[in-house]
Amino acid sequence: MENIISVRNVEFSYANDFDDNSSPKQILKNVSLDIKKGEFVAILGHNGSGKSTIAKHMNAVLTPQSGTVTVEGIDTTEEDKLFDIRQHVGMVFQNPDNQIVATIVEEDVAFALENMGVEPVEMRKRVDDALKSVGMFEYKDHSPHQLSGGQKQRVAIAGIIAMRPDCIVLDEPTAMLDPNGRKEVLKTIRQLNKDFGITIVLITHYMEEAAQADRIVVMDDGKIIMDDIPSNIFSNVQKMKEIGLDVPQVTELMYLLGKNGFDTDTHIIFEEDCTKALLDILKITHN
Amino acid sequence: MLKDITIGQYFPADSIIHRLDPRFKIIITAIFITMLFSADNFWGLLVGIIFLLASFLMSKIPMKLMLKSLKPIIPIIIFTTALNLFFLDGVTFFKFGFIKITYEGLETSAFMIIRIIALIMGSSLLTYTTSPITLTDAIERLLSPLKKIKLPVHELAMMMTIALRFIPTLVEETDKIMSAQKARGADMESGGIMQRAKALTPILIPLFVSAFRRAEELALAMECRCYHGGDGRTRLKKLCSTPADYNSLAISILFLAAVILLNITFG
Amino acid sequence: MSIIKIENLTYTYSIGTPFEKTAVNNVNLEIEEGELVGIIGHTGSGKSTLIQHLNGLVKPTSGNIYIDGQNIWSKDCKIRDIRFKVGLVFQYPEYQIFEETVYKDIAFGPKNMRLPDDEIDRRIRTTAKLVGLKEDILQKSPFELSGGQKRRVAIAGVMAMQPKVLILDEPTAGLDPKGRDLILNQIKEYHRQTKSTVLLVSHSMEDVAKFASKILVMNRSEIFCYDTPPNVFKRADELTAIGLSVPQITRVFCRLKQLGVDIRTDVYTTEFAVKTISEYLAAHNSTESEVQ
Repeated sequence: MENIISVRNVEFSYANDFDDNSSPKQILKNVSLDIKKGEFVAILGHNGSGKSTIAKHMNAVLTPQSGTVTVEGIDTTEEDKLFDIRQHVGMVFQNPDNQIVATIVEEDVAFALENMGVEPVEMRKRVDDALKSVGMFEYKDHSPHQLSGGQKQRVAIAGIIAMRPDCIVLDEPTAMLDPNGRKEVLKTIRQLNKDFGITIVLITHYMEEAAQADRIVVMDDGKIIMDDIPSNIFSNVQKMKEIGLDVPQVTELMYLLGKNGFDTDTHIIFEEDCTKALLDILKITHN
Repeated sequence: MLKDITIGQYFPADSIIHRLDPRFKIIITAIFITMLFSADNFWGLLVGIIFLLASFLMSKIPMKLMLKSLKPIIPIIIFTTALNLFFLDGVTFFKFGFIKITYEGLETSAFMIIRIIALIMGSSLLTYTTSPITLTDAIERLLSPLKKIKLPVHELAMMMTIALRFIPTLVEETDKIMSAQKARGADMESGGIMQRAKALTPILIPLFVSAFRRAEELALAMECRCYHGGDGRTRLKKLCSTPADYNSLAISILFLAAVILLNITFG
Repeated sequence: MSIIKIENLTYTYSIGTPFEKTAVNNVNLEIEEGELVGIIGHTGSGKSTLIQHLNGLVKPTSGNIYIDGQNIWSKDCKIRDIRFKVGLVFQYPEYQIFEETVYKDIAFGPKNMRLPDDEIDRRIRTTAKLVGLKEDILQKSPFELSGGQKRRVAIAGVMAMQPKVLILDEPTAGLDPKGRDLILNQIKEYHRQTKSTVLLVSHSMEDVAKFASKILVMNRSEIFCYDTPPNVFKRADELTAIGLSVPQITRVFCRLKQLGVDIRTDVYTTEFAVKTISEYLAAHNSTESEVQ
């Protein structure tokens, strides 16, 4: 499959805002990563691991200090292609309140299109389509502050979808939401990936969200330390705990059972599989 | 307490007035204000009031709401009335001790009261029937010729839009910070002026910090959605004027003409 | 005597407007001193309104609240004193920080209590240590700290008031697993050291299940249940029915039961799950060997 985003040997440091004399803090250390078209990739890592910084490189909010990032073959340092890049790769942020510009839902969804100079007739259609695809069409005349956190975040996603991007990068979109809001947003993300083939890069620290991705990239201390399918990633229970990340409770159970002398598989990350495995354990010993 | 503040007192309803093009509504309001201030006798004022009442009846705005908009200006009304009533010289109407009220004073105060009330009701009618965002939009379009003299019309309108968008958010935030500091024993209800001003620090600093953080994040989100100022921008909703708009404009001009005519006849 | 006693508490806001809504409906509750209570419920279930009643930030529409035996809205009770008895840490408390140094910010609460300076100093140092803030951080500006550190400064600011009851509204919201475990453990340690009553609002059943001694579940402005974790998780299917997410492991055991396995369903931690499985096997193997 074709790569939509390709990150090559990227290095990045932030200057220390408060203390000019101290050396700049290196955030990304020689990071290389490819995102394929149509993939759903989750990036896991604790705060300060560099996962947000890598995300911001994917639509030219940040550009690498060394190395290259290309989006659909365009180098992100090409300044005159900036708007092309941002139309290809949209970005959704953590705080839903701070990314909604307009006072009416549908006008906010139209914001990017207005900036791009899309004709009003075409714009109307795209706005309606975008709102329908996130299930917020019936709220189009509402004011954002009447919506729940999950709904606001879906409006923010619709505002990106309206640009018809190939890829959406979501930087901890669920961190400030309650469990129901998180479910809504994750369901929306999965649908966009499945039904519209939009490539998804989801930055998160909720492992149950990452478990639903096609692939997980684990970052620690500015480096990519694991890059694999979810069941392989979570089967490294010990390693994940060491770098301060969680694994699904069912995987942890399998791991603990294994330690207690049971024959178990730590590649289990979903409830149904865990139930089956437990049935086996309980029955096999039965007979 | 803060929750009661409503910025932009839009009252959604389906009426002829609501449906008018906001640009025309602004111009008509301006014509109405001209009526009030050019009228130099009660007949002229009466014409203005008829115009106001007719618009009000067509707008489906409840009378109660209209009267509510007058509440904040009661002190101003009392002040101007007192000023005109007690300090205007002329034929004595009533005298008690050092208080003297003249016929001229009575007349001028009555004139002023009617004028102020009509002014406030007229402009409230505009804000009641037009959502803040359409209002901003209309102002931007009305002022757009001024872009030629390098007036940042689009930027001003964008600032207004964002302000409208974030006022409820910041009001909520202020409420929350106040509760949080009260929970830490902050005392905001007692002490002298200096003490009270000082007691605001724990609220204002977090509020500013948060507003700056929001501004920064919003700017980033806007950039990611290809915002680059007003050049080449299109709009989702086009304002289009209908015959009704032109008719309303014509009617308001006729009313203004009537006021001027009455000025000449009685002047 | 119970430290918190709530009698027929009802709170309705925007009375007489179309937005009128009862946020707390006829709630009765008694919490014993020294308890560590986890409070669970949907957004809008009334849990936030309920906790804001406990330190007098919100005045009940009807009903009474007793803290340490004292009716907090009676005439002889000063509401500010109640705020020193019941400390409340709001959600995202780092946004209420305002002082130039960490030290001064933690001192804000104790200063409002008009404590002597040496006592304030002592309290700041012990609380800072408790939440893992090193001495050299105390003179730094709180605005140059990381998000997790700022949050701990804000929590320390309330802990330093040494309230008899400490209430925290989602203290781990938005933190990564490491930061979350750190703060939860520090709260647990605070509870162990001070023997005070701690109430913790959380969206995560897993977190609450790990260390609360009692769980209060709010649903539709009412108390759904107030009980020990095993007793609450026994009703896992009811909790799911009102739309609350029970721990993944509890769902697995409920499913096993549905599939005809005669196993307990009040399982909510992985350690306990392993124990349950072992016990189940031991019991069944022994009965089988008896049959043989």
